[in-house]
Formats: sequence, structure tokens, C-alpha cells
Amino acid sequence: MTRMSSAAELEKFREDILSSRDPERLSVAVCSGTACLGRGNAGVLRAFEEEIKKQSLGREVDVRATGCHGFCERGPNVVIQPEEICYMEVSPEDVPEIVSETLAGGRIVDRLVHTDPDTGEKGAHANEIPFYRNQVRNLIGDNTRIDPRSLEDYLAVGGYSALSRALFEMDPRGVLEEVKKANLRGRGGGGFPAGLKWETARNAPGDEKYVIVNGHEGEPGAFMDRALFTGNPHRVLEGLIIGAYAIGSGRGFIYTRHDNPPLVRNINTALEKAREAGLLGENILGSGFSFDVEVHFDVGIFVSGESSALMRSIEGKNPEPRPKYIRTSVSGIWNRPSNLNNVETWANVSQIIGKGAEWYAGIGTERSKGTKLLSLSGVICNTGVVEVPFGTTLREIVYDIGGGIRNGKKLKAVHFGGPMGGSVPERFLDTPLDFDEMSRIGAPIGAGGMLVLDEDADMVELTRFYLDFLTNESCGKCVPCREGIRQMLKIVGRIGRGEGRPGDIELLEEIAEVSGAASLCSLGKTAADPLKGALRYFRDEYEANILTREVE
Amino acid sequence: MSEIQLQIDGKEVKVEEGMTVLEAARKAGIDIPTLCHHEKLEPYGGCRLCTVEVESRGRTKTVAACLYPVEPDLVVRTRSERVDRIRKMILELLMAHAPDSPQLVELAREYGADRNRFEKETSFCVLCGLCVRYCAEVRGKNAISFINRGGQRAIAFIPEIAATECWDCKECFPLCPTSYLQAAYALTEALSFPERSSRTSQGA
Repeated sequence: MTRMSSAAELEKFREDILSSRDPERLSVAVCSGTACLGRGNAGVLRAFEEEIKKQSLGREVDVRATGCHGFCERGPNVVIQPEEICYMEVSPEDVPEIVSETLAGGRIVDRLVHTDPDTGEKGAHANEIPFYRNQVRNLIGDNTRIDPRSLEDYLAVGGYSALSRALFEMDPRGVLEEVKKANLRGRGGGGFPAGLKWETARNAPGDEKYVIVNGHEGEPGAFMDRALFTGNPHRVLEGLIIGAYAIGSGRGFIYTRHDNPPLVRNINTALEKAREAGLLGENILGSGFSFDVEVHFDVGIFVSGESSALMRSIEGKNPEPRPKYIRTSVSGIWNRPSNLNNVETWANVSQIIGKGAEWYAGIGTERSKGTKLLSLSGVICNTGVVEVPFGTTLREIVYDIGGGIRNGKKLKAVHFGGPMGGSVPERFLDTPLDFDEMSRIGAPIGAGGMLVLDEDADMVELTRFYLDFLTNESCGKCVPCREGIRQMLKIVGRIGRGEGRPGDIELLEEIAEVSGAASLCSLGKTAADPLKGALRYFRDEYEANILTREVE
Repeated sequence: MSEIQLQIDGKEVKVEEGMTVLEAARKAGIDIPTLCHHEKLEPYGGCRLCTVEVESRGRTKTVAACLYPVEPDLVVRTRSERVDRIRKMILELLMAHAPDSPQLVELAREYGADRNRFEKETSFCVLCGLCVRYCAEVRGKNAISFINRGGQRAIAFIPEIAATECWDCKECFPLCPTSYLQAAYALTEALSFPERSSRTSQGA
């Protein structure tokens, strides 16, 4: 492809793509997300390619291996566009029937569509299936419409028009103000306003500044970032380029997982195609703005997703966190201003610039704007990747989207934020999803891993599991974290075995206070959060396991 | 470099910009306990014994004095109920490893730490990293390193380097607050160079 060197050329190219495509053309989107691939969707994809050839439909139908569709529970998933017919639990043996019935005959294969377990009602289209119908899929929705390796597909859904708008209709200051006005808050865990962070990096002294995508996602139970990044890499890249323009950065880094080949491949392909097209590199779209990105991989440990450790890792050093008494947005990689945001945060940028801060701020709550991706897991009927506007209540997520608790059991708790998060009991189900509200009740959203627990859940064991994870994943540098977690794990372990000693709960609280106050990085500072939450709401389960007085 | 005025334990202190709270306190004759700190080495922030309370822009927080840079009008409290509680716990956690370390024993007396609060751990290394950092930063040899992470973190001599560099150096030995370092060295020597190690014991 030829390098584009103006906004007009980009729009011309987009028009060419759209005019060459019939919007009514049939397209089969075969989910190639991790769960569906694991369940054999590669075979389904091959079956479609062969069967379509066999039934001579090649000229009427496209087949795409796409990113994650979200409904992991019912995979392997296949969506037929443009009607958005959703087939679930598809096997290669089902494919000939789908091809002859749906693609050739225009009829729905009833046995492969969603059946509501309560009403028995069938739903063939996305808007008839509660799991999809009750979401607002602004970020992940395009996953069923694009091949992640195709720049043309991304352009066909309006991709890079926000970048063009930023470069040619706005100055960097204006872009920054728009993001501030939208009140975009960081999706990586802290919920810090992205615009303020950008502004700090922009105003920090120095000519050489960096922007970074944190695509590490090491939190157990979090799988939404890789779904978005693997399925729609250009969207993250577009946000990053816009951010670099606003901050005044010429060099970016993508830090992501080494152990996910489709993710790595799709990112590399996206970068390559964007460079070829003039959307990345020297003089982007002829605007005079130059910016390029390199990809770095994690070293397989949890703490390398912590921002300062991640930056050291990019420097080629051991990924050990460093104190952030001087913020990384002022002094990060090689002591230069380095603005780090997570995958989902960057993915939000293009819609803010494209549709405006006002539109964006219309979604969500007073202080949490936009939508949030969640990884829904645990003993819930519909596990998967879910996107909802802030303000959606936990009840709506669990019951309307998640389909409720498995096997008719009762919900006991909802846990957010993995090993550094917290659990809240059933009575908080009407809490709206909101950064501040959720922190207040003791279940900060974190990156968005949402674990649903039923009446059988053992809250001592859950805490023990997370402490066990952290004792292995702490870098081990500072004492309150390394030794504090070690001791808390021992104590929670013996409580779990029914061998708790009088004073153990108080001792746990004492250690938790010190690890929270004196640890070097956020891993240690929040390591005791699941424990603190458990002691706040489920203390009786701990107390029940303390031996009162041993009879000698 | 401009001069900065701050308050430490109620005392007005004037220091150079770029100094840490620990340096400022020591300059003013105020003692803050440390374990992993060494003047010849880059501040590390591992032991957290130097944790102090600071008031900065209306917020009170606990920070590591060895790393926290001074700022104008900063208010520092090197002793408070909270600070003492943190130091006591850190000492108790460390003494599960090294109950007889003279440095820890002395500090435990000061802060009322109970050396038997936690069950004894198998390794008596407190992972202050003085040996590792001294070898890297002062000697430039990297003969000793950290291995593993989290609860499994440990120090280890690298036999190939130790074989040529450590023999006539051993400058890290007196830095160690426990006696683990010497033990680790003796073990490395015995396992990697049995001949030399038996010569040493004969010569002794």
C-alpha cells in the first residue's frame, strides 16, 4: 500500500474501501479469542473456508478470524454479519449446515442459537440475547466486525478518523483539554484522571518524552485487555498516537505479554501496516508530527506490570519497582517524562476525540465516565468479557448480563481487583459500578476482573489463595511486602486449617497496617486488601476457625 | 543548587536541594535507623526501617527517608506512634530470620520489638542487599547477586566470577548485618572449588 500524506488521502482511501464493499455482504466472524481457540475454533474456521468453497459461495461470503466476541461461556462463537446472527458452541460438524441453511438459504439454524434458560425463549440475533443486549459495547463491539490483521477493516468502521481530526483540526493543547473535559480515568487500577497525567508529562521539562501502553494484564481473573488488544490493535494504537501528539512525544512503547502469540502477531501486524500507510513513523499523514512505537515483552512475572517496574524492564533492567516520590510522568524511562496508560484507557481516546468530550461525558456517572470492560468469572452462568457503562449496578451485571448464579445457588460475594482487590457481600449488589463508590465499599474496580462467589465460597481460602499468589509474585525487595505477606500467608493458612490461635486476627490486622503503610510499591501497599475486606465483611468465618483454648 | 528549609521533629533545618530526608536529618544530628543504607551506595529503600511521617501539601504520609527528596516547608516526624509501630513490626519480621544480629538486637530494644513474635525462618539473610550492591556499585564486579523473587528471594555468589574476584577482596563481609554472607561464601567455595576451600581451612 502507498503511504498516505494528507487527511484527504486517508478519507479517499476509506471511501474506496467502503464503496468496494457491499454493506449487505455476508460475513462469517469466527471468534479467535483465547477461550474459543482453546475450544477448537481453529477447526471451525477451517471448516467454514472449506465448506464455502465446496458450496461455491466464495464470491458472496467473507470469512474472518476475529478477536474475542465476549461470550466465552458459550464458545466457540460464530457471528454472521450483517444480521448479527450469533451461533454458539459451534463445532466443525455444524458448519455445513450453517453454510447451506444460513449463508445460502437465509434461514436460521435453530439448534445453535441462544436459549434463555429461564424462559426457554430463543434469541438468534445479538439484540435478542440478554448477555449482549444489556451491554454497551463501545470498545469491544467492533471485534465481530473486523479482522485484527486488516487495516482496511479498521478504516471501514471509521478508524483513524479521530487521529486525522486531532492532527489537522486541533492543536496538542486542544486534544489534551478534550481528554480532560471527558474526565477519562485510568482503567489500569487506580482510576487516576488520564488528562491530568498527560498534562504532567506534557509540562515536564525535557524534549524527549515517552508514551507507553501497559498491556501486561497479569492479574489473575483479568482477560479483557488482551481481548481488546488482540481483537482491535489499531484502536489502541490510534489512541496512543493521539496521546503522543497531545503530550509531545516522539517515541512510544507497547509493553505486553510474551506468552500470547496471537496478541503479539496482531500488534506487530498493526504496527507494520500503520507504518506502511503513513499513520505511524515520520511525518504522520503529512502533518509534520512524527512518532513511532516499539514492542517490549514482559518477563513472565506479575510485578513487571507495575508502572515503575515496567519502565525499568523497558530500560533492560530487572523489573523491580522503584519509589515514585517523583512521578513517572516526570521521570520515568531513562529519567525522562513517561506517560503510561493501560490498554483500555488508550482505546477510549479515539472516541473522545472522534465524538467529543461532551458525548463521552454523557455516558456513566458523575465522576466515572464512559464504559468499562469487565472480565466476568466465577460461579456465574455467563462468563466472559463484558462492557457496561459506569453506573450499571452490580446486580444488573450479575443477573441481567451474567445470567445469575450457577446451579440455582445463592450469591455470597462479588470480588473485584484480584489479589489486590476486595470482596463485598450480597447486600451491596445495588451499588453502581463507579471508581469511587466501589472503593468506598471496599471492592475497588482495579483493572476490571470481577469474580462472582456463591454460598459455598470459603472466604479464608480465597484470601489464602491471593496471598499465596503474591508471596511468589512480590519482587522481594522490601521487608513489609516480602516478610509481611509471608507471615500473613502462614497465619491465614493455619486459620484455614482450623488451627487459628487467639490473637491471630489482631496480628493479621497489625501486619496489614504495616505492609500497607510502609511497602515500596503498590503491590505491597495493597497486598493485604483482600484480607482487610474479608475481615470487614466475613470476619465470622475467620473467628470460627480460631481455637479458643486448648485443653491439655 | 538552592537551599531548602524544612522542619524535622520541630527543628528548622536548611539543606541543599536534591538531598534526601535521611541526609537532611543526619546533617541536623537527628538519628533515623537504617539497615540497608550505606553512604557509598545508591539509596535502596528495601528495609523500610527509615520510614518517617511527612506532611506535604496538606497530606500526611509515611515514606522512606532514604529516598524521599527534601522539599520546601516539608514537615518530617522521625518518631511518632505510627512510625514506631511500623519499625517494631519490621524488626520483628526481620528477627524471624536473624534473631541474633547485633544491629537488630539493639534496635529491638529501642522499639520494644519481640524477637520471638514470629516462628523462625530457615534463612538468616535479611536481604538488605548491601553485599550485592557494594560488589556492583563500588567494586564493579557483580560477583554476588539476588536470585528468585518474593518469598524465595536469596543472595548467591556467581561461582565463575567469585573464583577470580572474591579471593583477595571480601570487602562485603563486614557490611553484612547477619553472618549469612560469610556462610553463603563458604558454601559457594566448598561446592565450586573444593580444593581451594580445603586449602583455606588447612592454612587457617
